[in-house]
Amino acid sequence: MNQRVEVAAPVVAAGSDDARGRPIKIVNRDVNVWYGDKRALHDVSIDIPDRAVTAFIGPSGCGKSTFLRCMNRMNDTIPSARVTGTIEIDGQDIHDRSLDVVQLRARVGMVFQKPNPFAKSIYENVAYGPRIHGLARSKAELDAIVEQSLKRAALWDEAKDRLSQPGTGLSGGQQQRLCIARAIAVDPEVILMDEPASALDPIATARIEDLIDELRQNYTIVIVTHNMQQAARVSQRTAFFHLGKLVEEASTERMFTAPRDKRTQDYITGRFG
Amino acid sequence: MPDHISSAYDAELQDLRRNVSEMGGVAEKMLTEATDALVRRDTPLAQAVIGADARLDVLQRETEEQAILTLVRRQPMAIDLRETVAAIRTSGDLERIGDLAKNIAKRVMAVSGQFQPQKIVVGVQHMSDLALGQLKDVLDAYAQKDDRAALDVWQRDGAIDALYTSLFRELLTYMMEDPRNITFCTHLLFAAKNIERIGDHTTNIAETVHYLVTGENLAGERPKNDRSSFETIEAET
Ligand SMILES: Nc1ncnc2c1ncn2[C@@H]1O[C@H](COP(=O)(O)OP(=O)(O)O)[C@@H](O)[C@H]1O
Ligand SMILES: [Mg+2]
Repeated sequence: MNQRVEVAAPVVAAGSDDARGRPIKIVNRDVNVWYGDKRALHDVSIDIPDRAVTAFIGPSGCGKSTFLRCMNRMNDTIPSARVTGTIEIDGQDIHDRSLDVVQLRARVGMVFQKPNPFAKSIYENVAYGPRIHGLARSKAELDAIVEQSLKRAALWDEAKDRLSQPGTGLSGGQQQRLCIARAIAVDPEVILMDEPASALDPIATARIEDLIDELRQNYTIVIVTHNMQQAARVSQRTAFFHLGKLVEEASTERMFTAPRDKRTQDYITGRFG
Repeated sequence: MPDHISSAYDAELQDLRRNVSEMGGVAEKMLTEATDALVRRDTPLAQAVIGADARLDVLQRETEEQAILTLVRRQPMAIDLRETVAAIRTSGDLERIGDLAKNIAKRVMAVSGQFQPQKIVVGVQHMSDLALGQLKDVLDAYAQKDDRAALDVWQRDGAIDALYTSLFRELLTYMMEDPRNITFCTHLLFAAKNIERIGDHTTNIAETVHYLVTGENLAGERPKNDRSSFETIEAET
């Protein structure tokens, strides 16, 4: 009994929120970095979407931090480092000679692995940036910026009664949120985070991750993490780096369920490359 | 594919695959024997099929528990995540296939000693052969991670449905001809319906294999040829 059967062609289900279709905030084209004559990054080209979290993953030494530092020209502070290629934020070349690097680093803030508050009061830690950038015209305005920044960094409730105490007296997780408040205080558009939770316990880590998820409403965030579950939790796009090269970049969902490149798959599944 | 840095992880995934494969073997055997028992009215064989189902239930629970442990311990990613999810889904479908085969076997017990229209029994046998072929193919596709073979199975399911619809018509005709046929024909009808549903679970597995291999879900309309919901028979006057 041979029946002819009409079948529908299989089609692929639509994906979830992956930041596609969002405007591009940072365009990176053929970015190379040398430390002396050692090449640390090879022709990296990647678009960073606006108001979304992009995660960089990859084995230690693959160039994640090096690339992150390109986007606010922090590599300029390393004498042996040399950067080539084009990086544009909102269409503006960040290597343009007319561009003020101090301004750039306010627009593109950075949070490091180890919380590094100044040896000053909580208030001063947050007020320092706005003050040197002349963002407040009065003490009241400065107070408002400090309060707003601490609120956005989800630290206000814990800090409001101890603003004059040293930032270094806070717990590790609170110190990291203080550093985020400090970055926010100068009204940045982009926040670069280099393993911001790797020195924190699971509860402090969860609070930082929650915070990152809220911050993406207002900021473009790029986060380096060696914790893949963390990348899966907080980001919409994920980029995998290997030996100084960008191997694959995709929606976070696709990256962790069905990466295209064998090197990505071997790395994220914990296999030998 | 290279091994995991953790060899215990490799062993866990290997266990999952082995469990699913054993379940597949049990399910195939249950369907074959339930159909044989029906055609030959072999009640001891039917009894054996009913007994075999317990093993399938145990294996399914084991597979699920192992998969949950793997999720907790390893937080699998990419192909490993898909393997783990596929094992959970497939063991569920195989367990259901076992239940349906068992239900056919129970009907063999119920109809023993009754009149049996041979033509219809042959029809059920034919449906069962088709379903069994599909099941074998999809289990191979699963073991080989062969997306093409899985899609072939997926597209062929309509044939089982079409056969079911035509059997359904025939059974109705027999029942109208002679009310004494009704009991037996009703049991045959449910047996055929069970096989049709086994075909659906097989199609589920084909979809799971597609997901396992590609990471994508088949979202199109399923090939459906079961028109029995619309069938009517005119009484002859
Ligand atoms: N200041 C530096 N001077 C010389 N080499 C460096 C410097 N910083 C990083 N490197 C080298 O560049 C490569 C990439 O390092 P890095 O960007 O820190 O990797 P990741 O953040 O992915 O661990 C490594 O080989 C590292 O040794
Ligand atoms: Mg680093």
